[in-house]
This record gives sequence, C-alpha cells and structure tokens, in this order.
Amino acid sequence: MGRRATTASGRRPGRPRWMVVGVGVLAGLLSLVAVGLLASARAQQTVVPLVADLSKHLVAITTGFTGTDVLLFGATDGPGDVVLVVRGPMTRKVVRRKELWGIIWANRDSVTYDNVPAFYQVFANRALDDIAQTSVLSRHQIGTEHLAFTLMSQSVTDSFVPGFRAALVRLKQKQHHYGIRTMPVTMLANRLFRAELHFPANVPTGLYSVEVYLFRDGDVVSAEITPLVISKTGFGADLFDFAHQRSVLYGLAAIAIAIVTGWAAAAVFRRV
Amino acid sequence: MQIYLPIAEMSVNALLIFGLGGAVGVLSGVFGVGGGFLMTPLLMFMGVPPAVAVGTGANQIIASSVSGVIAHTRRGNVDFRMGGMLLVGGLIGSTAGVWLFAVLQDLGHIDLTISLSYVVFLGVVGGLMLIESLQTIVRSQRKGSKHRSNAGRHMWIHGLPFKMRFRKSKLYISALLPLAVGVFVGVLTAIMGVGGGFVMVPAMIYLLGMPTQVVVGTSLFQIIFVTANTTFLQATINQTVDVVLAMLLLLGAVVGAQFGARVGAGLKSEQLRVLLAALVIAVCLKLAYDLVATPDDVFTLVLEAG
Repeated sequence: MGRRATTASGRRPGRPRWMVVGVGVLAGLLSLVAVGLLASARAQQTVVPLVADLSKHLVAITTGFTGTDVLLFGATDGPGDVVLVVRGPMTRKVVRRKELWGIIWANRDSVTYDNVPAFYQVFANRALDDIAQTSVLSRHQIGTEHLAFTLMSQSVTDSFVPGFRAALVRLKQKQHHYGIRTMPVTMLANRLFRAELHFPANVPTGLYSVEVYLFRDGDVVSAEITPLVISKTGFGADLFDFAHQRSVLYGLAAIAIAIVTGWAAAAVFRRV
Repeated sequence: MQIYLPIAEMSVNALLIFGLGGAVGVLSGVFGVGGGFLMTPLLMFMGVPPAVAVGTGANQIIASSVSGVIAHTRRGNVDFRMGGMLLVGGLIGSTAGVWLFAVLQDLGHIDLTISLSYVVFLGVVGGLMLIESLQTIVRSQRKGSKHRSNAGRHMWIHGLPFKMRFRKSKLYISALLPLAVGVFVGVLTAIMGVGGGFVMVPAMIYLLGMPTQVVVGTSLFQIIFVTANTTFLQATINQTVDVVLAMLLLLGAVVGAQFGARVGAGLKSEQLRVLLAALVIAVCLKLAYDLVATPDDVFTLVLEAG
C-alpha cells in the first residue's frame, strides 16, 4: 500500500502546476492516501465492480430458534446506489375472499397465484423512487408492487384481480414474510456497504437468493446473487424428516407417547 | 421461553402452551369431554395452522383421556361394555365422516361447514342441557324428596331389539342405541376434528339415560380410541401431528385432568351439567359471532396443497 502511494506520488509532477501549488502539505498527504486506496482497489477489482457476501450462508433452525439476523456486506468500485432483494423459495398461494351470504360471512371468490416468493424484503441506501424509474425496478422485480406473480386460476372477473393481488401482499406482510417498507443499506465512504437482514421465527425454509444490485444514473450497472439456505437442523429436522418419511411409524409413536404420558401421570397422582 | 415447533414451523411460548394444556385438561377431567372443541380453536387463534391444530389436538387428547379414564376406573366409573358398543359405532361413523369430509372439501365449503356444525351442535346441546339441569336444580330445591329420573320412563327406544344389560350404567336397553350414538358422534368427529365428548356426554345422559358419574369415564374411554384413530390418519395422510407441541400440551393436560377428575367427583351432577352447558354455549356464541361479524380482513391466504 505504502509503495503504491509512492508510485502515485511519482505521477504528481505530471499534473498542472497550479494544482500542486494550491494543495498544502497535510492535504497533499491525505489525497495521496485516497489515491492509493483507489489504485489498490482498481488493481484488485478491475473485473468486478461489485462484491458482496453474507456473514453466514446457512441459517439453522434449531429447537430454540426465535428468528435470526444475517449481515450482508460488500464493496463497490465507486459511488452508486446499492439495492438488495432477499427472495424466498417460490410457492403457490390461493387468496380467498369472504362475502356476506344473508347474515353469514363465507368464502366466495378465489384467485390462485404461482411464483409467489415465500419471503421478500428489499433494502436500499435511499428511496427506490430516487434510485431508478419504475420501469427499471419493475424489470428486476424490486418492490412488492413489481413482483411478477403468475395468475393460475380465478373465479372472479378480471376487474377484481388487483384487489386479490394487494391482499396477497398485505397478508404476507402481516405474517412478517414480506417487508412493509424498504430497509436501509448503510454506505461507508461511497465504497463499502452493509445491511442487517432479519428473518423472523416463522421464516419459511428453503433456498433463498440475496440479490445485490449496483445502480448508477438510474440503471443497473452490476448485479450479484448470493444463495442463502434456511433449513431445520438437529432434533427439529430429524423429527420433520421422520414425520414425512415414516409417517405410519411416526403416527404410532405419537399415540404411544400420549398413552404412556397419560398413564404415567395417573400413576404419579395416585401416590401423591 | 420460546420453543420452535418443527411440524407447525413456528416458534411459540412454551409456558403459554403448557397453561393452555392445563386448562383444557381440567375441563377434560371434570366433564369427560376431550376439550378438543376448545383446544383446536385456541391453537388456531395462536397462529398454529388449522390442520396442525386438529392433528396435534387429537394426539394430546389421547393422553388426557388415558389419564382421566384411569382416575375414573379407580372410582369404578367406567362402563367398559357400554364404551365398547359406542366405540364400534364410532369407528363406523368416523369412516363415513372422512368420506363426507372429502365430498365437502370438493365443494369448497369445508370451513363454513365446520363452523356451522360447531354452532348448531354446541347451541342445541348446550341449550337443552342448560334448561334441563336448571329445571332439575330448581325442582330439587323446592321439593327435595320428589326427584324424577329418566331410568324408569318408558319410551319408544325401549321397544328396540337386541337388548343388552349394562350393569355399571344400571340399564337394560337395545345395543342398537349406543351403536347409533357412536355412529353419529363418529361422523361429527371426522368433520369437526374433535373427540366428540361434548355431543357424546349429553347423548349418553338424555338419550341412553346413563347416570352422569358413569358417563364421564365411559366417554373418555371411547374418546381414547377415536382420537388415536384421528391422530394416526392425520399423521399418515397430512403429516400434521406436531409431537413437540403435543408434548407441551400433554404435560399441562395430564396434570389438569387429574385435578379435574377430583373436582368433578366433588360436584353434584346437576351442577356439573349446568357448568358444562354454560361452557358449551359460550363457545357456541363466540363461533356464531365470528360467522356473522364483519371480518377484519375479508381476504384469506392459503398455501395450495399438492
């Protein structure tokens, strides 16, 4: 680093004379450091304008799981806006609407959507509207209003569909699976960025993707996708697998446990 | 203290679940009802998916019923012969009920059907029981000596064939009666996802004319098998039995059921019936209100199965 700074200073005589004169000794030293940083960054990342990584790539859901935070950090090759999108595995959801039948509220119409991310949260260093135009955000499905759900089937006329779509997003937000607002990305010296990704206790399991976009002048100049696995581990995972793969045995075991517990309780209480 | 439920895929407060199990266990011991009609809605209210609430509730009820039956057997309050007849009917009924459930699901109104059956049955059963037991209490207070019992009355049901003697219940009636009650309750069990005790107990008292003290133990005896069947079906078909949740509920419930059986033994049967009727009517009114009241959100979201 120090050596690079020296080489940078070697170039200084080539600059206009008024500039060299105008800069004081202390300020000159500071600028040397800055130029040195730039040079070193350029030397290492000439091909990658954006790098990012997560503090962990596997979120293990254990018996004591109450939600977790994952740190996303990275660097860019210069000023720009950073937008993160955390997307859970795709699912198929049915939205039903209740209607008044006489005096009773009952489900009537329904719309089925496919390609519904089980989890969705956007992070940005400033308001999305300031970063890019709607068309750009829409192309990359940034923001809940731009999620491209696929309409599978519907029992209503087309005019009702927007209400169902809004309800889907709203209900997912209520479950804390979709972010209600854009969460912050902290920028350091226009170069480094970090964001705290929070996953609630009821987080859906599966393969997540964390997309990092670098915006300049309202357009995506670089993007990176980092995978994130959220899965059950330990006792909980074993139990889940047991319940799904050997369900007959699991059912019998559940009954046996219940009978033994009931019996044990009765025996204990007789002595008391 | 938070604990993660592997099948329900959510995190809950362990102490809250323990308390819920205990409260339902007391009811189970006092009244001989499994408590499923309270447990299932309460679990759903806490955010447990309905299918998991039904499957796990059934699993938990097995334990509190076993505990309760043992406590009642010691007091000689279980008519195994009657319980056996009810059970045979129950198994036939629940098989038919599973089929009916599938038909209703195809028609798309299973949720409404479940809620409506709760309201209708809880309302009718609770109302009749409340009126009858209050009348009994008033009558016994006015003229302590003149107490009318169902046992000696002659009705059309006594003309039915295949008569059997149920010594514990002090009855000599047709075997078809408990069988029919069993079938009917079995159908409800499959549709409503409960043990069926809240329908079974009044049916045994008013239809069969069994003494209240024997009714409770016998009902619990039959519920063990019905809920075991439900647990098995839910575990194998839907994988919705959460043993971690069930164990937490169990720990509370088995303790509660023991206390409940003692409390129940100290109460007069009329008082027991008034209390059960009040409870049943309260749940009925709550469910009826939910059906009629404007919902907070007219939209609901479900994961499409398959």
